[in-house]
Amino acid sequence: MTSPTLSLRGITKSFPGVVANDRVDLDVHAGEVHAVVGENGAGKSTLVKILYGFYRADAGQVQLDGEPVAIHSPEDARGLGIGMVFQDLVQVPAFTVAENVALFLPFALGGAALAGRIVKTSQQYGLDLDPQAPVWRLSVGERQKLEIVKLLLARARILVFDEPTRSLAPHEVAALLDVLTRLKRDGYAVVLIAHKLAEVLAVADRVTVMRRGRVVASLPRAEASEATLVPLMFDESVREPAPHRPAAASRGVAAVELRGVGVRAEAHGCGLAGVDLVVEAGEVVGVAGVSGNGQRELGDVILGAVPCATGSKRLGGQDATRWPVARVRASGVAFVPDDALGLAAVESLTVLENAALGDPRRYARAGGLAMDWPAARDDQAQAFTRLGFPVPSLDARLGTLSGGNVQRAVLARELAHAPRLIVALNPTRGLDARSTAATRRALLDARDAGAAVLLISEDLDELLALADRLVVLFRGRIVGAGRPAELGVETIGHLMTGSVPADRG
Amino acid sequence: MAETPRAALLRAGGLLAVGLAAFALLLLAFGRNPLRAYVDILASTLGSAYGFSETLVKITPLLLTALAVAVPGRIWLINVGGEGQLFMGALGATWAALHLADWPRLPLLAVMALLGFAGGGAWAAIAGVLRARGWASETISTLLLNYVAILLVHYVVFGPWRDPEGLNYPQTAAFSDAALLPSLPGSRVHAGLLLGVLALAAFAFVVARTRWGLEMRAVGGNAEAARRLGLPITRYVIVLMIVGGGLAGLAGMAEVSAIQGRLRPSLSPGYGYTGFLVAWMAGGHPLGIVAAAFALAVITAGGDILQITQALPGSVANILMAVLLFVVLGRAGARA
Amino acid sequence: MIAPFVRSLLAGAVVSGTPLLYATLAEVIGQRAGVVNLGLEGVMLVGAVAAFVTTVHTGSAAAGVLAAGLAGAAFNALFAWLVIDRRANQLATGLALMFAGVGLSALVGAPYIGRPITGLVEMPLPGLAGLPVLGPALFVHDALVYAAVPVAIAVRWALFSTRWGLAVRAVGENPVAAFAAGRDPRVLQYQALLLAGLLGGVAGAHLSIGIAKTWAEWMTAGRGFIAVALVIFARWQPLRAVAGALLFGGAISLGLLLQARGLAVSPFVLDMLPYVLSLAVLAASGGTGRHAAPASLGRVFRGSS
Repeated sequence: MTSPTLSLRGITKSFPGVVANDRVDLDVHAGEVHAVVGENGAGKSTLVKILYGFYRADAGQVQLDGEPVAIHSPEDARGLGIGMVFQDLVQVPAFTVAENVALFLPFALGGAALAGRIVKTSQQYGLDLDPQAPVWRLSVGERQKLEIVKLLLARARILVFDEPTRSLAPHEVAALLDVLTRLKRDGYAVVLIAHKLAEVLAVADRVTVMRRGRVVASLPRAEASEATLVPLMFDESVREPAPHRPAAASRGVAAVELRGVGVRAEAHGCGLAGVDLVVEAGEVVGVAGVSGNGQRELGDVILGAVPCATGSKRLGGQDATRWPVARVRASGVAFVPDDALGLAAVESLTVLENAALGDPRRYARAGGLAMDWPAARDDQAQAFTRLGFPVPSLDARLGTLSGGNVQRAVLARELAHAPRLIVALNPTRGLDARSTAATRRALLDARDAGAAVLLISEDLDELLALADRLVVLFRGRIVGAGRPAELGVETIGHLMTGSVPADRG
Repeated sequence: MAETPRAALLRAGGLLAVGLAAFALLLLAFGRNPLRAYVDILASTLGSAYGFSETLVKITPLLLTALAVAVPGRIWLINVGGEGQLFMGALGATWAALHLADWPRLPLLAVMALLGFAGGGAWAAIAGVLRARGWASETISTLLLNYVAILLVHYVVFGPWRDPEGLNYPQTAAFSDAALLPSLPGSRVHAGLLLGVLALAAFAFVVARTRWGLEMRAVGGNAEAARRLGLPITRYVIVLMIVGGGLAGLAGMAEVSAIQGRLRPSLSPGYGYTGFLVAWMAGGHPLGIVAAAFALAVITAGGDILQITQALPGSVANILMAVLLFVVLGRAGARA
Repeated sequence: MIAPFVRSLLAGAVVSGTPLLYATLAEVIGQRAGVVNLGLEGVMLVGAVAAFVTTVHTGSAAAGVLAAGLAGAAFNALFAWLVIDRRANQLATGLALMFAGVGLSALVGAPYIGRPITGLVEMPLPGLAGLPVLGPALFVHDALVYAAVPVAIAVRWALFSTRWGLAVRAVGENPVAAFAAGRDPRVLQYQALLLAGLLGGVAGAHLSIGIAKTWAEWMTAGRGFIAVALVIFARWQPLRAVAGALLFGGAISLGLLLQARGLAVSPFVLDMLPYVLSLAVLAASGGTGRHAAPASLGRVFRGSS
């Protein structure tokens, strides 16, 4: 076996509260596609960012051709011949393909010579790019090809792809896999971060499985298959036993009913297509899926922040397809997102003011000329107490609170007036253990009190612990549904990664 | 924008000091005595009752044009069209003054005020709608509309509304007595000042106490969150532009009705732009607007004085204003 | 009857359009780098007064033009420092720059009000000047007028055919991309603004020592703002700016001519044309117009964090 071109030894990286990479070893050889697979939170992205100089590892070493190297910035990585294929962050949409390449090259190359090189390289790898095409007209797949050509012309030897097929159509996926095959044939070393096992198995020579920051296995292609990989990625035995509280038997009217709902895909997203979903009062429906498969769109379309391109939406029995956000919220829909300070609250306002914004009409007096602050104060204090949270200083600016406290404040506000439907989007992401437990308890209490809860989460443990029913979201479609216990972790894992479980009943 | 009033005043004071020092250096470079210059300015603006009253006269339109910037500025809209909106308000008021000349005073003034607000408000609404629909930045469109408004005034004043007895001066006929805003006896201080102060107080009240103010602050603080909270962002864009433009229009009505007594193209020596400076220096704080308007009124009045006593061109006051603004902007630098 | 009118109109359009063209080119460069400078008016005034004062003292119009360019660049450097280093709001700073320019030029120019100079001389081009109609209209002008279109072509070349231009435009579109490609957006913006200041100063120079041949306070009378509108009209392209400047210069000239002939059309209505046109263009392009403007215009690049 030839010596590896790129070697990672003992890479360790921690962030507050989480060890993202725990003594990770990885070898990448020239002429090989090495896939790194794992669930969300397994640490794949962090590893790759260390490789490209966005983060610095706390411990460990990176070796290139056997020599240790220091990578402190993307410049360094590029200088060492490491290239990373991003989405379109580093492209200029208004420029042509040729201009984007020229911008990126550290040496001067222009005009006909550049165009010629672009055409030649793209033909060599089946990338098929027109140097004069303006980038804003290119599809996501074509933009990706541009990234690849840029790196090749800039003389990268090691190419890293982070979830490259996320926004691609099936035929574009096939084309990309073909490109990867050609690249490895020509001696490039390719690192492929992915979670869609079918694709991984089509091109990879080696598969490394990561879980919770550690490498749990590194298999040659011959030994890798969905049957062997899924259990490694989603090891059931490692999971804490789910303290599941079953819901009461009786149900009521469906709180939300989506029929055939589709949402247009935006720049990076994948939209939604043909989504049928029902959540009834008094149950928790979990939505499982790897990040980027339509989770945010699902939350937004129910809330009304994004219009339904197709299909219909009913809230509490009424046709709510065209309702504006204000009306949706007024009908009793609460929204608890992950990025509170980005999506749900205003950090320059006080806790109390943010609380009042949850339902401004309720506290407005004299046609809006005054606000009933004492009432709002009471309601909020009660909401905190009901949830078992300590009541914070309501006059403190939200921006001064810790992440956990911000989330609690948002929860208190959203649950203050007994909403009928709670849409929770990764509600415990980034929270410490206590806040996480408190949030989960609050959701379950709300369910027991009769609310419908839609829990969209990338944390499978959370879903297994809380959900009465589970659906799996993949590429904007619901690909599976059932009770968590009946489905089993392995099947869920298969569905999340787009592979077909061996024995589907 | 979230300082305590005391901190804001102290900061303003410090910046004022730096600006004054820089201007003093400039005067020295041109062989003038900065101390005498400052004394002249203060004496003429604050040293006498008449001087003070003239300062108040200059503050009046600034309060309103500053609000024209500060009101939409609450949700980060940049209204540079105060000048044009002021002129359109004057246009509307002039129409009433000329065509309803025989009406009794109170109703006539009321209609003039209404049309003043409507003129400025409608003018700003154009930019507001363009922005709300995502077609054009309000900065560029309000700027362009400034020119159209000024030219429109030129047109009517040289054309259909030209003063028949005017000896070819570009101006309309003089307003009837009923169309003139009353002033305090012995000075030119007029009801417009009251209007400006009331508008400021109303603005402060709305922002701090009402539901709309809360929603505006939310939209200005985090538009994405505001969207998901169901706040009607588009509505606020248009309404706030109309209110801002309307206030500038009222400034135009006040100037044409109380100070000039007829419509002339020289109605405004850049009150709209100066109002922009006032609003920026004050960071949108109502109290800050009063202080900054005061400072800038003193400076612009001072410019007139310096022309006489120090043989300096009147527009030298612009330098001081600019230096002060540079100092403010150079310190702030948080939001682009 | 027609020929002299057309001749005067054309000549007037070219002459009036020249300072507009230089100013528009200045703003195009700056905006292509992502910076809006509303204070172009002030830069032009600083250039105008510098040119005038220098010409009075040296008797050389060429020295005047040089001084104007340097003064404009220096003045714009102040703007660049505030906006790039201090990260001040571009629009407010631009307006402040305008005020500063008005006041500073008034202060410096005060002793020179009413002083006569020869200034830039009209130089008929041999052979071409003799052409019927077009000859006197296009080929009997001063050096700056002749240089205007070549300068526009040069600006176009610099922005679209050089590596530097590519990098500058990348900064105006997506500074992150420029940064990831190893360029320094701030340095590039400084360079662009210095160049813009130079051209803006020259625009002012033509006004004071080319057209008016005298000094008066605020003699630009809003041309700096017209230039900002022209940039949008020209869709940020130097060659279109030539057409735009000619058009707007023609509107100015037409108004003057018609007034001289006592025609009933109000010159003010004609003057509105550039602005209304720009507004219409803005509104009509709506979504597609967005593509023409540099995507990162007005925003400040934070650098690595």
